This record gives sequence, C-alpha cells and structure tokens, in this order.
Amino acid sequence: MTTIEIRGLTKRYGPDTVVDDVSFSVEPGQVTGFLGPNGAGKSTTMKMITGLATPTQGTVRIGGRHYRDLPVPLTTVGALLDAGAVHGGRTARDHLLALAVSNGLPRRRVGEVLARTGLEGVAGKRAGGFSLGMRQRLGIAATLLGDPQALIFDEPVNGLDPEGIRWIRDLMRSLAREGRSVLVSSHLMSEMAQSADHLVVIGRGRLIADTGMSEFLRANGEGTVLVRTREPGAFAVRLTAAGAAVREGLESSLVISGMSSDDIGALAAFHGVALSELTPQRASLEDAFMQLTRDSVEYEGRAA
Amino acid sequence: MSTVATAPTVTFADTLRAEWVKFRSLRSTWSTLACLFLVGLGITALAMSSAGTDYANATAAERAAWDPTNLSLTTYIVAQLIIGVLGILIVTSEYATGLMQTSLMATPRRHRLLAAKVVVAAAVAVAAGQVLMLTSFLLGQAVLSAQDVPSATLRDPGVLSAIGGGGLYLTAIALLAAGLGTIIRATAGALATLVSIVFLVPALAGLFPSWLQGLVDVWPTQGAAAVFATVPDPDYPHPWLNLGGMCLGVAAVLVAAFVVFSRRDV
Ligand SMILES: Nc1ncnc2c1ncn2[C@@H]1O[C@H](COP(=O)(O)OP(=O)(O)OP(=O)(O)O)[C@@H](O)[C@H]1O
Ligand SMILES: [Mg+2]
Repeated sequence: MTTIEIRGLTKRYGPDTVVDDVSFSVEPGQVTGFLGPNGAGKSTTMKMITGLATPTQGTVRIGGRHYRDLPVPLTTVGALLDAGAVHGGRTARDHLLALAVSNGLPRRRVGEVLARTGLEGVAGKRAGGFSLGMRQRLGIAATLLGDPQALIFDEPVNGLDPEGIRWIRDLMRSLAREGRSVLVSSHLMSEMAQSADHLVVIGRGRLIADTGMSEFLRANGEGTVLVRTREPGAFAVRLTAAGAAVREGLESSLVISGMSSDDIGALAAFHGVALSELTPQRASLEDAFMQLTRDSVEYEGRAA
Repeated sequence: MSTVATAPTVTFADTLRAEWVKFRSLRSTWSTLACLFLVGLGITALAMSSAGTDYANATAAERAAWDPTNLSLTTYIVAQLIIGVLGILIVTSEYATGLMQTSLMATPRRHRLLAAKVVVAAAVAVAAGQVLMLTSFLLGQAVLSAQDVPSATLRDPGVLSAIGGGGLYLTAIALLAAGLGTIIRATAGALATLVSIVFLVPALAGLFPSWLQGLVDVWPTQGAAAVFATVPDPDYPHPWLNLGGMCLGVAAVLVAAFVVFSRRDV
C-alpha cells in the first residue's frame, strides 16, 4: 500500500506562483482524478511528485519517502508525464530494456509489459515512427515495468481515439482494483467522471476541491428537472408561483430548477396537470467544473 | 500481473549497464563512430600522400625537425570534433527528446545518472581514441615509407607516448563535450561552444595578453596538443604536463556540470 502525500506544495517560477500551498493525498485502491484548466499547475505538481522539479516549499512523500530516496524507484512509482519522452531512434524494446536494467528489473518484464500494452508486434520498431497512440502505450508500458504500487499519468488520453481512450480508462480502473494508487490528470471533467473515484481540482495553482466524485457532483451540479406537458405556459406560471425557476427548453419542454422532481410531480397532481415527461437532469459535469474554476482565486481549498 | 523480484536497492552497476544499453541501441552511435574512423583515417591518408614532395623540398633544418609520428597523428584536429559530438549527444539527445525526464524518474539520484553517462563516454572515447591513434599512426607510416620518406616505428622513442597521449587527449575532449552538453542542454549550442574552444580560441591566441599565455599552454589544439609530437618542442618541454593541465580544466567543467545537473529542474 503506497499513499502519495502532498503537503503544502508550492512552486514559484520567478514572480509567478504556479502551485500554491497544495495538499492532498492519493490513496491506494482508487483512481484520483487531478483536474484543472490549462495552466492550472497539474503537470508542475506531477513533476514535483516525481522529483523532476524541486518544490519551493512543501513536501511530497511516497509511501513515507522522498522520491529521490526510493531504493528501486520503478517498483514504487510508475509515471508517464509526456508520451513523447522517448528517443525516436531507439526501438520500443531497447527503450524498455534500458529502463528495466537501470532498476535491476528482470529482462522478462520487458516482454510482459509489451504484451500488456499490445505492443509485441512493434517491439523491434523504432519509436520515432510510432503514432501518438502507440507512443502513449509505450509510455504506459514503461510505467508498468516495475509493477509499481503507485501510478501517475499526465493527460494520458490526450489525442487518443475512442478505442484508445477506453483502453486507458479500463487499464486505470483495473490498476486501482489491484490496490494501487492511481493519479491521473485531465482538463476534461467528463473523462474524469468515467474513470475517477476521487477528485482533486486545482485552478491557478490553488486547491479548489478534494472530494469523492459523487459528493462533488451533488455539491457542484445545480440539479434541474425537465418537464413536458400539453399546457406548458399555464404550468410554468404555477411553478413560478410555487417558487421554482423556470425556463423554456427544447421542443416546448420546461427546464426547472430550485424544486425537486418529487415536488414538481406533486404540484402537477394537485392542479390536475397531465405530464408527459418528468426527468431529473444529472448535472452536466462540464458545467460543474466550469462553475468551480470560473474564478478559482475566490474559492478556498476545501477538505473532503 | 506477476510480482517483480528485485534487489533491495539499485546499484551504480545497474545505472552503468542501462547507459550502455542506451548508447549501443542508437544507430547514430555507430554512424558517428564509423564517421570518426573514415574521416580520421581519410585525412591521414590524404595528408601523408604529399609528404614525399614536402620532404624533398624541405630545408636541412626542416628535415631535422621532421616528425613522422606527429604528421600521422594530426588528424586529431578533426577527430576531436567527431568524438566531441559523441560526448555531447550522450547527454543532449536526452534533452532534445524529453527522455531525460524518463531517465531521471528511473534514476532520481542525479549524480549517479550523470556519472554513468560520463563513464560510458570515457570508456568509448578511450577505446575509439586509442584505436584511431594507433591505426592512424600505422597507416601514416605505411604511406610515408611507400614514398621513401623517413618514417617511424612503434619502437622508436616517444612514439608510444604520443599515441597513448593522443588517445587520452581525445578522451578528455569527449568528456569536455559531455560536460558542455550537460550545462548547455542543446546539441547545437554545445557543439558551437566546443568548436569555439578547439578552433576559435587557438586562432585568436596570438591576440591574448601575456597573462593569458598560461591558459594557452594547456589549451586544446595548443599547448595540450604538444603530446602528439616526438621531436621536443622548445615551447613545451614537458607535453604531459600540458595535457595534465587540460585535463584539470576538463575536470572543472565536469564539476560545474554535476552541480547544475543536480540542481536544475528538468
Ligand atoms: N519551467 C517553467 N518556467 C516558468 N513557468 C512555468 C514553467 N513550467 C510551467 N510554468 C507555468 O506554470 C503554469 C502551470 O503549468 P502546468 O504545465 O503545470 O499546467 P497544467 O495544469 O499542466 O496545464 P495543461 O492542462 O495545459 O497541461 C503555467 O502558467 C506555465 O506557464
Ligand atoms: Mg500539463
């Protein structure tokens, strides 16, 4: 069980504070989605976790240790920050072999991760000729080499086709099921909703939310209810009178907020209005995210 | 997924082996080495082919200073650049591709990673440099004796010292190049710097004030190159001291490289 603990992490580049006093934990057995708009500081945070960048302040502990002090780093953490980080002149197999050898891992691991990522067929080809999807797989193969307890992926689905996206999503879910800690960044809320159990949101370097996925949706998506009836005008008046906010939806439907579907149903029954549809709308994730990060600076970090 | 049994901790030997795998698995490594020998020996063959006429037209004083060993090793002037490219690329090819991130995540102890690169660069340069100097000497002497011009053998005084010193000179240049590559992090910039050091500064050396002459004495292509001669140069009576001075300078560059490499963000 390897938890990644981030405490008071801060990074300044000159006058810019790109990561500002961020604290959260990546727990075993779940996928932690790391969400934020472009330039929020996700990649910088991941670089500090993996020792590539030195924090200005704060600490990162991986299973209680600094990254630099890990005795066999690849068996503790597998990280993919940039799928392009491969020498194009080297074959996939040699790239992985050098990494395996550097951590004293058995050579058979190279074949095993090539198989798990479906790259056996191109193992002897030079990485320079790989498509983005293949390079992404090669990067993931490298993270799996040491069978690590913690995995870190920076925007792993960027530029992938739907099949590749599903493959990565399933892989992350299965890695978490195996009890590993998985941290994955994205700026797509919808992507996170399908793969993450826990959500950490940052904006302009500051922590905005650190919460379970479902709690996040409940707290941040203002729920609406879609209603269809033969007399929308009359019913809208009654709804407004009862305190709901009503706007017109598509095809003469009504979109109601500020009132639960239960209450709307009861109101319709009371007034004898026949409803042909009454559907609670799941808050659009993208909306929830935008709402949250619209002005990140005004939001304070909030514990889960 | 199967569990991975490993040693409790990574050793320097692991890092070294990994750097060797990286080095040997690039085609550019082998083409640069092939280039080193083709160009290096090609220059020797070409330069030696006109030695017969040069000797015939030479004055008595010039004949007294005739140094067939030195002539056959002057190819070092170009060879040092090619071996320098090899040293530079060991570091900068990882920056150019972003691979340095991956390498440092696998080997976060930065001194260790750079030390492994320096050892690989040194080992390759020692081997390639010595072999190049020896083959260049043998080829040069063969061309000279074919023209009935005085030539040298390996048993002549000073010859082994010139060949061995020449190989070390090239090794030091490869390490200088690796150090420059680490500090500058870009192939073109590091190569331009190396060219300035080995060609530009010597060309301008005459303009330097006298207090800088000490530096000229240990500078590449200048005093440090006295080691390639077997006929003593009155300016540089102890060529190995000059070479030693250059090695100290290279060591200083490497120290700076280690310091910035361990401090900088990647
Ligand atoms: N080496 C650096 N020097 C100066 N500023 C930097 C450096 N690296 C990143 N930044 C700045 O830090 C901020 C955060 O960048 P970062 O790459 O961490 O964002 P991100 O959340 O990963 O964004 P994206 O979704 O676009 O990948 C950006 O404004 C960026 O310009
Ligand atoms: Mg990023």
